[in-house]
Amino acid sequence: MVRYLARRLLLAVGVLWAAWSVSFVVLFLLPGDPIEIMAAGGLESGTADPAREAQLRHEFGADRPVVVQYAAHLWDALHGDLGRSVQSGRPVTGELADALPHTLQLAGTALALAVLAGTSLALAAAVTRRPALRQVLLSLPVVGVSVPTFWVGLMLIHLLSFRFPLLPAIGDDGWRTLVLPAVTLALPIGAQLSQILAKSLLAALGEPYAETARAKGASHARVVLRHALRNAALPALTVAGVLVGVLLAGSVVVETVFSRPGLGRLTITAVGYRDMPVVQGVVIVGALAYVVANLAVDLLYPVLDPRLVTAGRADRPGRNSRAEVTAA
Amino acid sequence: MTAVLDRPAASGARRRLATGVGGLLRRPGLLLAAAVLAVVGTAAVAPGTFTSGDPLAGVPRERLQPPGVAHWFGTDQLGRDLFTRVVHGAGRSLTATVIAVGVGLVVGSTIGLLAGFLGRWVDELLMRLVDVLLAVPALLLSLALVTALRFGTVKIAVAVGVGTIAAFARVMRAEVLRVRTSTYVEAARASGVRRHDVLLRHVLPNAYGPVLALATLEFGVAVLQISALSFLGYGAPPPDPEWGSLVAEGRNYLATAWWLSALPGLTVTATVLAAGRVARALDGEWGGVR
Repeated sequence: MVRYLARRLLLAVGVLWAAWSVSFVVLFLLPGDPIEIMAAGGLESGTADPAREAQLRHEFGADRPVVVQYAAHLWDALHGDLGRSVQSGRPVTGELADALPHTLQLAGTALALAVLAGTSLALAAAVTRRPALRQVLLSLPVVGVSVPTFWVGLMLIHLLSFRFPLLPAIGDDGWRTLVLPAVTLALPIGAQLSQILAKSLLAALGEPYAETARAKGASHARVVLRHALRNAALPALTVAGVLVGVLLAGSVVVETVFSRPGLGRLTITAVGYRDMPVVQGVVIVGALAYVVANLAVDLLYPVLDPRLVTAGRADRPGRNSRAEVTAA
Repeated sequence: MTAVLDRPAASGARRRLATGVGGLLRRPGLLLAAAVLAVVGTAAVAPGTFTSGDPLAGVPRERLQPPGVAHWFGTDQLGRDLFTRVVHGAGRSLTATVIAVGVGLVVGSTIGLLAGFLGRWVDELLMRLVDVLLAVPALLLSLALVTALRFGTVKIAVAVGVGTIAAFARVMRAEVLRVRTSTYVEAARASGVRRHDVLLRHVLPNAYGPVLALATLEFGVAVLQISALSFLGYGAPPPDPEWGSLVAEGRNYLATAWWLSALPGLTVTATVLAAGRVARALDGEWGGVR
């Protein structure tokens, strides 16, 4: 068990390092770096003064060889220093810390809604005896993953804020402003979750152990809830990391639609101003969320399926994540 | 995953075409999906088929008209016909989608092909690279690329395409690993066929089915992602229509002119649903992606 955990932890650190490196390459090595923009005094105002640019480059250490820069930045990152925002001059970690609670509130609520709705839908599809109803229940999530999130948000605003003024359209002020964004964000997550869960539930119901339970006189609902659900939860858990990533990415769009503060707004502003350190910080937060979710799942796995640890090889069943889980 | 193996043997193009058409007629949902894709595709290639109007020219007198006989999708705040704008937006949005899927398909399957065929340290190195791409949420990766590349239809297409590389690489690698151990590859090797000929003439033709099925699946996903980036304002600059930016333009008129956001968004949804339906059919036809 200790070896299993140690391996998982090491893997998680490796993923974080790799994500940091990828964002470093993308953001700092492609042409048009932040120094040039700072030297030009903003995005729109023409060309940079070469002398000023050279001076800035020296100040920020951007005139050193790439490898040295990479090592220096990584050293800082390991000490919890992700650099300073080009736009505001504040430390990136501070910017992230200010924005994160808002997004966590939204994402947490959305995740709870998504798990609740997704699981209920999948269970309903597995329990029902009427093929027509099952077909409808199974095709609902397909629609859920095919609608653009931002569009759903706007349509909810149109219907529930303007046509029937029930809930406020924008802002971040108490639970009333949380309802619409949380529902919008929960839709794609819940739909993907119920797709995976329904598929594995229906597969589990065809297994011999389900047959045995039925033969012993268990009711259909009992077979689904007590026998099939526990086994069917494994594939759904496998994609949890990717779903958390989708959740975080979705909040960028949803926060924009509903004009809420948070990571999303921070990201959009940073992209607009070409604020590379902040964008890199957001990418790290995304990778961190993915890693933490996967670690939590790894801890849950042995509880649900002890064979995974006792078999010696603590590999998880096929992580064919992106092919099944689609982001939007 | 087992469905891959019991693929019917190819027996003449005519017979396959006949069963294809017959299968299509027996499945009305699939037929509808194919029709939607055909209409959207035609709009993208030849917008003149559906409308003769100018997407940029507005008639101020007819501003903010609701959908009706004269204007199918209504008009916007400048009196421009929304249907014309959606039809002309199809070209830009679908071009971006095709580029995105193309980038993912070419780069991803090359990585998967090399990793699966060469094996050993090449496999290890390339697949670790792919794992990293998977760890960063696709939209955040795209946003980082947009920050570096700046705005524009082609640029957001590339940014979305990079996010799909990982999925293509994984599916292609899995297929190559399956094909590589088959008897005909062994036979080709034993009879002295050169390495790259084995790769191109024996492995590739037998491995690309599920990859193409994935490409149709990713097509719908890419439409969504590109419209999201375009909605956020990273696509073509204002007067030019794009599906995502059309929805964004309607944002300020949500209270009074619902159609401005609703109808372009419905167009996106219909396209994605249709692509998904076709993808599922091809998935069954060409072997399972999963």
